[in-house]
Amino acid sequence: MPIPNIVLHVADVHKSFGGLHALSDVDLQVQEGTTHAIIGPNGAGKSTLLNVCIGRLAPDTGAVVFDGQVITGKLPHEINQMGVVRVFQTPEIFSDLSLLQNVMVPAFAKRDGSFRLNAIRPVSSETGIRDEALHWLDDVGLADQRDAIAASLSRGDKRRLELAMGLVQKPRLLLLDEPTAGMSRHDTNSTIELLKKIKGRGMTKVIIEHDMHVVFSLADRITVLAQGRIIADGPPDEVRGNPKVQEAYLGGVH
Amino acid sequence: MLNLSRSDWLLLAGFSAVVLCLPVILEPIGAAYPALMQKFCIFGIFAIGFNILFGLTGYLSFGHAAFLGIGSYAAVWSFKLFTMNAIPAIIMAVFFAAAFALIVGYVCLRRSGIYFSILTLAFAQMSYNLVYSVLTPLTNGETGLQLTLNDPRIVDALFYEPAAGLPRVDLFGLFISGGGYAGFYLCAAMLIICFIIALLIFRSPFGMMLRAIKSNQNRMRYTGFNTRPYLLAAFVISGMYAGLAGGLMAATDPLVGAERMQWTASGEVVLMTILGGVGTLVGPVLGAAVIKYFENIFSSFGDATLHDVFGFLPDAVEQPVVSFLVLFVGDGWNLTLGVVFMLIVIFLPGGIMEGLRRIWNLFGRRPGDGKKVLAAHPRPAE
Repeated sequence: MPIPNIVLHVADVHKSFGGLHALSDVDLQVQEGTTHAIIGPNGAGKSTLLNVCIGRLAPDTGAVVFDGQVITGKLPHEINQMGVVRVFQTPEIFSDLSLLQNVMVPAFAKRDGSFRLNAIRPVSSETGIRDEALHWLDDVGLADQRDAIAASLSRGDKRRLELAMGLVQKPRLLLLDEPTAGMSRHDTNSTIELLKKIKGRGMTKVIIEHDMHVVFSLADRITVLAQGRIIADGPPDEVRGNPKVQEAYLGGVH
Repeated sequence: MLNLSRSDWLLLAGFSAVVLCLPVILEPIGAAYPALMQKFCIFGIFAIGFNILFGLTGYLSFGHAAFLGIGSYAAVWSFKLFTMNAIPAIIMAVFFAAAFALIVGYVCLRRSGIYFSILTLAFAQMSYNLVYSVLTPLTNGETGLQLTLNDPRIVDALFYEPAAGLPRVDLFGLFISGGGYAGFYLCAAMLIICFIIALLIFRSPFGMMLRAIKSNQNRMRYTGFNTRPYLLAAFVISGMYAGLAGGLMAATDPLVGAERMQWTASGEVVLMTILGGVGTLVGPVLGAAVIKYFENIFSSFGDATLHDVFGFLPDAVEQPVVSFLVLFVGDGWNLTLGVVFMLIVIFLPGGIMEGLRRIWNLFGRRPGDGKKVLAAHPRPAE
């Protein structure tokens, strides 16, 4: 039996803010090609964990290893160029640009790397990038608004736009921070369908989510965080039946 | 060679036609003399370059006059040491401005927002003071750097005997300095070339990245871009535009003093850009022309001009009207400019270009169409 490839390894990470231990002894392995959900009550340290993974926060001790390389201490754009993409909880988009431009910008980052003085050929002649961006805009259901200014979108649409911005880079590891928060039930379901559709294709997903419907529809494996510690880790059915998890969600852990 | 859309070709053709026909167009408003029109072009170049930085990235530099000054000094040194031909002088001006912009940009771009502005201002003031003090051997201090009869001009000396008196800047036989039409057309040609380069940058992926940085720089980092070299490239390009403008100033009048680098000169280009329309292609040129027109023409109006204009009014009315308006012309031109600037910033934050666009929408299109156009192109004001 082949040993599954570990694409992301969070190794013994500690992170504290002042006296608050946001993460302690967090050791997490994510297998290639899977969808790995991280759940936990508010303040459990889920967002801190994602921020450590993309280089926004430096851990006090421990390291994050992506595909055999330590990424702790690398700059955000270097981590992105390695193939780690994050979709933020509060939509982070280019509000002044059109939807199409919003998706084209990350497509350029994927093709041209972190810097290229590309000032001669006009954007309008970059049909390859444009078609790719349109394809993903279509997949998130925003293609008919391609020329609208991103600032004019509703919050739910902004989140879908950001998803397209992440997916157009065809990341090896996609970190999703509550991808359906602020969406209607209908939009939530279409997002689940979209994420199911792109499953496989060599993309690994780590997803933080409150909505258990989303978690159990998508996840191959679930890690439960509570007060900065991992209290359970396993396939969905195992985690669902775990008494410690039920206790944490009822607020019993002290 | 140029890969432009149909509307951009039209824009370029229209812009070039207007610039080349300036002597005809400006005749009715009394500004059709070469010395003033070349100023329009030179400051147009300065403002286009400033707008590549400010309009696209949102980084507001308060020290761009330093690059203008360096361009001028470099050009005058080229006239003194090598040749009176304008081309090497312009190349030297652009080169030295670029080198200095690289250093200043490298340091200042470590900060953004107001801190960036303050750092650029500090650099420019530092340069201004150095020019007056320690750099006097290079800049001739307060007197200003000018041509003398003892200059070596080694290249020129190889080819012909120096004539009596100070030589004039030339371009293969045409005299550039001295306020003739050759000087104006050189500046006009440079302005058109600069406009084409700016047009290419605005339409290119590079320009789109700069706009994205302006919109959300943090997101750009998490999108995989190293934003620093993008900003530095924009800063150096805009410094080179300023250097070119400085070089042309020296070519049309080979004399340069430190006041060219003062902070008021840096502030002026900010005013030009905002007045014309930040982030638009044509706006900065319009802003530059308006300010230079006020400075040179409006300032020469006096009582007599006003009496001519309001001569049709009865004397009892004319007298108070003229005595009130006289505050705003002549030495009071700054007051008019200040009022115009305030009105534009308050009522037309997009500058003159936004005003033109509103008028265009009012007459040329149905309201529905206008809205669609706005949505399709965030900055259609070019």
